[in-house]
Amino acid sequence: MAEFSITINGEKQSLDVDPNTPLLWVLRDNLKLVGTKYGCGVAQCGACTVHLNGSAVRSCQLPISAAANNEITTIEGLSEHGDHPVQKAWLEHDVPQCGYCQAGQIMSAVSLLRDNPRPSDEQIEDAMHGNICRCGTYTRIKAAIKTASNSQIV
Amino acid sequence: MSKVKTGMGRRSFIKNVSLAGGGLVIGFNWLACKRAAEVSGGEMVLEMPDEWFEMNGYLKIGNNGVVTIYSPNPEIGQNVKTSMPMLVAEELDVDWNNVIVEQAPLNTDLFTRQLAGGSQSIRQGWEPLRMAGATARQMLLIAAASQWDVPVSELSVENGIITHNGSDRSIGFGEIAKDAAKVEVPEEVVLKENTNFKIIGTSRKNVDAKKIVTGQPLFGLDVDRDDMLIAMMVQPPAFGMELKSMDAEKAKEMPGIKDIFTINSYPDDMEREWSDVAAFSKLVVVVGESTWQVMQARKALKIEWDLNPQLVKEIEILEKSPALADSGGLEDSDIHYNLMTEIGPQKSEMVRKDGDPETAFKNAARVIERSYTCPFLAHNCMEPMNFFANVTNGKAELIGPIQTPEFAEKSVSKRLGLELEDIDIQMTRMGGGFGRRLYGNFLVEAAVISHEIGAPVKLVYTREDDMTNGVYRPAYQVTYKAALDGNNNLTAFHVNAGGINESPLFANRFPAGAIDNYLAESWTIESNISIGAFRAPRSNFIAGAEQSFLDELAEEMGKDPIQFRLDMLKRAQNDPVGENNDYDAARYAGVLELVRDKSGWNNNNSNSSRGVAAYYCHDSYVAQVLDLSLKNNEPIIDRVICAVDCGIVVNPDAAINMVEGGTVDGIGHALYSGLTFKEGVTQQSNFDTYRLIRHREAPKKIDVHFVENGIDPTGLGEPPSPPVQGALANALYKATGKRIYKQPFYPEISTESREIKT
Repeated sequence: MAEFSITINGEKQSLDVDPNTPLLWVLRDNLKLVGTKYGCGVAQCGACTVHLNGSAVRSCQLPISAAANNEITTIEGLSEHGDHPVQKAWLEHDVPQCGYCQAGQIMSAVSLLRDNPRPSDEQIEDAMHGNICRCGTYTRIKAAIKTASNSQIV
Repeated sequence: MSKVKTGMGRRSFIKNVSLAGGGLVIGFNWLACKRAAEVSGGEMVLEMPDEWFEMNGYLKIGNNGVVTIYSPNPEIGQNVKTSMPMLVAEELDVDWNNVIVEQAPLNTDLFTRQLAGGSQSIRQGWEPLRMAGATARQMLLIAAASQWDVPVSELSVENGIITHNGSDRSIGFGEIAKDAAKVEVPEEVVLKENTNFKIIGTSRKNVDAKKIVTGQPLFGLDVDRDDMLIAMMVQPPAFGMELKSMDAEKAKEMPGIKDIFTINSYPDDMEREWSDVAAFSKLVVVVGESTWQVMQARKALKIEWDLNPQLVKEIEILEKSPALADSGGLEDSDIHYNLMTEIGPQKSEMVRKDGDPETAFKNAARVIERSYTCPFLAHNCMEPMNFFANVTNGKAELIGPIQTPEFAEKSVSKRLGLELEDIDIQMTRMGGGFGRRLYGNFLVEAAVISHEIGAPVKLVYTREDDMTNGVYRPAYQVTYKAALDGNNNLTAFHVNAGGINESPLFANRFPAGAIDNYLAESWTIESNISIGAFRAPRSNFIAGAEQSFLDELAEEMGKDPIQFRLDMLKRAQNDPVGENNDYDAARYAGVLELVRDKSGWNNNNSNSSRGVAAYYCHDSYVAQVLDLSLKNNEPIIDRVICAVDCGIVVNPDAAINMVEGGTVDGIGHALYSGLTFKEGVTQQSNFDTYRLIRHREAPKKIDVHFVENGIDPTGLGEPPSPPVQGALANALYKATGKRIYKQPFYPEISTESREIKT
């Protein structure tokens, strides 16, 4: 066990955990932020995607020791009222079926649009390729990303 | 108008439902709410009433007019949590914006068939849910009529406001609910004509969408309690093995670990429910404070496993190879394949016979014979299996993702000797179901673990546990034979289908009924690999195989593939062969005609390679046209056009979403997925080796068209995924010039297109 300090959704947190604990389990078990999902544990499905200093990372592969002293944003901290343009686009297109993967999809989409506010279809497909949706909502996810892209003032 | 008997007593309200009075529920549109309040960010919230009045098990009305509707069936992503309450709200005549939806817990007194399976939730709920709404509406009307001393016939109701037509007096549901709750439940009520629907047939957003996109706790894995422990199990590494011994000395000393022990979730003398499918019942269990700590302790365990001679199945007896005899029942996919193609079909039994197929085949000018196979599949719900259990003081509290709570309750009752009324099961939203959560072995395991340790626990499967736990889509094989006479007429049809451990045959489905001489045969081979229903069970393979064969047959006969099917359906409609044909030929033809029209089939000028297929299952009909092209040997699916007949569409945009998802699902599994075995060990255990369809591989566009026929709703969750596999195979043939007979298709096309290039 070791002491760590980490900023999550703008709030500084102190933790005493095994340094190897993946950020995913720190979020879910220690901080009770369960919006970040466990899907595979090997960075293959994207359900656990969060932002590390603004960029999308797979929290299941990020030990708390490496995440410490950085700024983490989770789905809960993406916007105060759930009204981030990407969240709004997701609601407009009524994207989710089961909904389990969608937090990870949204975090990847936000990161994509931050780097590339006007992505082409191909760029969306490439950027989102690491996020599996078992229900198959891919066409709606793409449509929502395009809506969010068009709603942004660049 | 149809009158229905209410058949619903004034039972006390649902047990264990807690909805905090005075709290705020976010996520609705509030304009019509009498006491709406605006909060920061411009978002409106519904204010909770001071008092609730229970009208029946399906709904309660607050004194401010807000209505809570309980959705009885489990939500696995099929969106019943929105569409089932829509049925209640329709007949209640309430403003949907004033409705709060809550998941009902298991309550066999109040509800029937609280189950997610067979695409039946809306079909089976169509009358009872509307009846519940109409009953409450009638009670509200009776109370208002009594207050005003006027006949009920002079009242009308709209958006939760009752109006007296003679005097223009009006009253809101909230104001009369207290009186209405005391009214005797009417013996029968009148349901609306379809033409008067205001909510049914209009698109309503997923009631949980806001919570989903903001990451609120919704799923079983999100369940938390202050004193809750985390449990994980360790199962044998191979089908055919069982626990021999365990050394947990070192692991027990690790940080956060509370206990390590073994359980037997299903003792031999326990009578299992159909849903108690479990290949492994003797398990090692690690219980600790946090998920990561438990995961680490699992790695430090020293466990010995044994071959279990009782688990040696028929496969070993059939297969005389010394290698398998030595393996003691540890099965291989290569052996499965050989058995399915060579030995299985020889032990088939006749299921249906029309006319004289033997003579027709003997006299045939030409016989076309083709065989198709597919591998096992894992369901791979994105949320791995898990369940919360608190079995203490002779009571069991169980919370989590389960498609069959009623059967799970019986299993726990038998396993732990508890009375049914001492078991409470609450369903969380589920991160996918696809049939896997029909089989609640993980729920029983959680209950046994909690009982053993005497504390609330959440059992969590890792992805690897989930993928190697069994309950798979079986491996299937089918051989089709068609007899053609000298004039190229189809004179006989023979289907011989089987699998490990189940046959995919539907003997009475199309083309049965359309051909004079027809023979359907079936076989199975037993195995120690456990199987279960997987979205559109059996259809999920045989639809694609059958539709590929019909495509090849049409080509051999020089016919257009859609016209060929329509001609056969015409025969089945006008002069059906046999009596047990379990499909409606007119509805079947209807979706083919619609997809032909919508895809511009007869005037196709796209550059894509195009395939068509149609299928009937779960009482609904789906036809699909799929356009694809090959780019560097990779199939790019440009577009899928879907024509669907599922009767009345309750929530159109959500229904389109379901058809889109089913289409992607069918394509993905047919192209990429497969679970294989070597010496009983699954060769894939996570998404690095088990391939699921991803963004880049999904269709670029999916068009969905519904047949409008006013028929009561039929299934929708499952019917779109089977036929698209046939449309895909037929389009791949157009693109590559080669027919593909083996799933997954992808490795097959890659090889074949390379062959074409050289």
